[in-house]
Amino acid sequence: MVRVDGRGDGKSLVCVRGLEKNYRRGSEVIHVLQNLNLDVDKGEFVAFMGPSGSGKSTLLNLLGGIDLPSKGSITVDGDEISHMSGGKLTTWRARHVGFIFQMYNLLPVLTAFQNVELPLLLTKLSGAERRKHVETALSVVGLADRMNHYPRQLSGGQEQRVAIARAIVADPTFLLCDEPTGDLDRKSADEIMALIERLVREFGKTVLLVTHDPMVAERANVTLHLDKGVLVEGTVAEARA
Amino acid sequence: MKYLHLLTANLKRKKIRTVLTIGSFVVALFLFGLLVIVRGAFSQGVDIAGVDRLFIINKVSIIQSLPLAYRDRLLATPGVKEVTFSNWFGGVYQDPKNFIPFFAVDEESYRQMYPEFHIDDDQWAAFMGDREGAVVGAKTAKRFGWKIGDRIPIMGTIYPGNWEFNIRGIYTAKRPQDDTTQFWFHWKRLDESSPQKGAVGWYIVRIKNPDDAAKVAKSIDDEFANSPYETKTDTEKAFAASWVKQMGNIEFLILSIGAVVFFTLLLVTGNTMAIAVRERTAELAVLKAVGFSDTFVMVFVLAESLFLAFIGGGLGLLLAKGWSLMGDPTGGLLPFFYFPVKFMIAGILLALAVGTIAGILPAISAMRLRVVDALRRV
Repeated sequence: MVRVDGRGDGKSLVCVRGLEKNYRRGSEVIHVLQNLNLDVDKGEFVAFMGPSGSGKSTLLNLLGGIDLPSKGSITVDGDEISHMSGGKLTTWRARHVGFIFQMYNLLPVLTAFQNVELPLLLTKLSGAERRKHVETALSVVGLADRMNHYPRQLSGGQEQRVAIARAIVADPTFLLCDEPTGDLDRKSADEIMALIERLVREFGKTVLLVTHDPMVAERANVTLHLDKGVLVEGTVAEARA
Repeated sequence: MKYLHLLTANLKRKKIRTVLTIGSFVVALFLFGLLVIVRGAFSQGVDIAGVDRLFIINKVSIIQSLPLAYRDRLLATPGVKEVTFSNWFGGVYQDPKNFIPFFAVDEESYRQMYPEFHIDDDQWAAFMGDREGAVVGAKTAKRFGWKIGDRIPIMGTIYPGNWEFNIRGIYTAKRPQDDTTQFWFHWKRLDESSPQKGAVGWYIVRIKNPDDAAKVAKSIDDEFANSPYETKTDTEKAFAASWVKQMGNIEFLILSIGAVVFFTLLLVTGNTMAIAVRERTAELAVLKAVGFSDTFVMVFVLAESLFLAFIGGGLGLLLAKGWSLMGDPTGGLLPFFYFPVKFMIAGILLALAVGTIAGILPAISAMRLRVVDALRRV
């Protein structure tokens, strides 16, 4: 279940209350997110849509613990992250968040295997255990045969699949996808979305995804729209009606 | 160790840049090694001088002699334990370029004064029993292929004429920095052929207590004050230091060159590391996003700088060591070509210090990098 009215019971996987994010540009204060509430249960696939500058990526950054809110609280799986210190937040991210970026953001000097292995380096797993996890993750995304390839030797779609494998390898609580198909052609985008759907359906992953593309958003269980820093369910027009 | 591949992978990113940066460390540390070796070559006598030995020369100049009669008066000076003496003998073997330090020594006392030099008793006895006998250092013997029993012709310069010596002994030394290039022969033989009889080049005395060096030196100079042959007494170390000083302020020269080289290296490496961090902003942000801490990222960048410094510095120092092992390139003028381990360690520490200073600012900027800002720049 996904709610934006703030009336959830607070037991959802993701629970956001009264979230605000402001930026200062000179003397001007820009309100990016205003009094935002959100409840997302485990296993949900939520797409965030909205015009440029509406605060979609900011919301995703806040949920992922790579940015801090100006006001309000964010609770993920019982952890209140909005007031965590930098060090604690880093540790929390390693355990709970899998990021998937528009530009893939793979390390070009590492092979697909080594890129996927990165989050596991922070764990106490042995080399053999890490290898097993990485091979499993690459198998899930269909790139087990490309594990020794460098990013430059892969297509855009394949790079994004490696990035997805990196995001899921440590079995995080949820996946945050920021325009994951934004740099791909339609066919590759469909493949990526099919993969994300499979992660939700077969592996029970919780996915929060930001997109401009209505066809991508259609594949989510729930689509939420951000308009001037406020979250609404369905289309903006529906919400206003 | 599980992070090592991250470090090495980054160094492979821009191979030419990595090679050039390592190369600058190689050149700088090789130069450091050369400077240390050359400094050591000039000042080796200072470093190894005996703490309990005093050196007595004519107050006018070292080339002015002292009377042999001073020996007994020196022995009678309070605080003096033993005395020996020698003369400089300018000699040429085959070619003037073949520099060898020839000394006419008092065979009765010289060996005892320098226990750091080792020679077999039977060889010394053979030397004592042969008026034309000589003892040479192992380095010189090796350099010219001399063996015991060889007869060596030497052309005298200060004491003109053709001199011939029988090699009766070869001395060695335990410490690599000890001088094993000297050529000793009987002072009596020199004295017999010298127009000025009983002329001693300099005296060396061993004192009973090194702490009394200044007091004993003053006593000796006072003893011979207002005589036709006034003396100037110094510790062996001070004498060696003043000898080095005559060649100019080698230490200052070396420090100046070293400082310029290392400052330049600092700028080069600092610039390299700054560029390396700037072009990897997004990657460092991704590392942080997936859970690597700020401290890890800082150490990671610093480690890269230190790795370059260690590899380049180590190679440079090894090259310098190799060069020192090839021996004296000056034909015997500076026989101590030796690169001590303590200076190799100092060199590595210096390289790591440069690596740290060069890497610290980029490392801190990487540590402070905000993930959101960095990703926004992509």
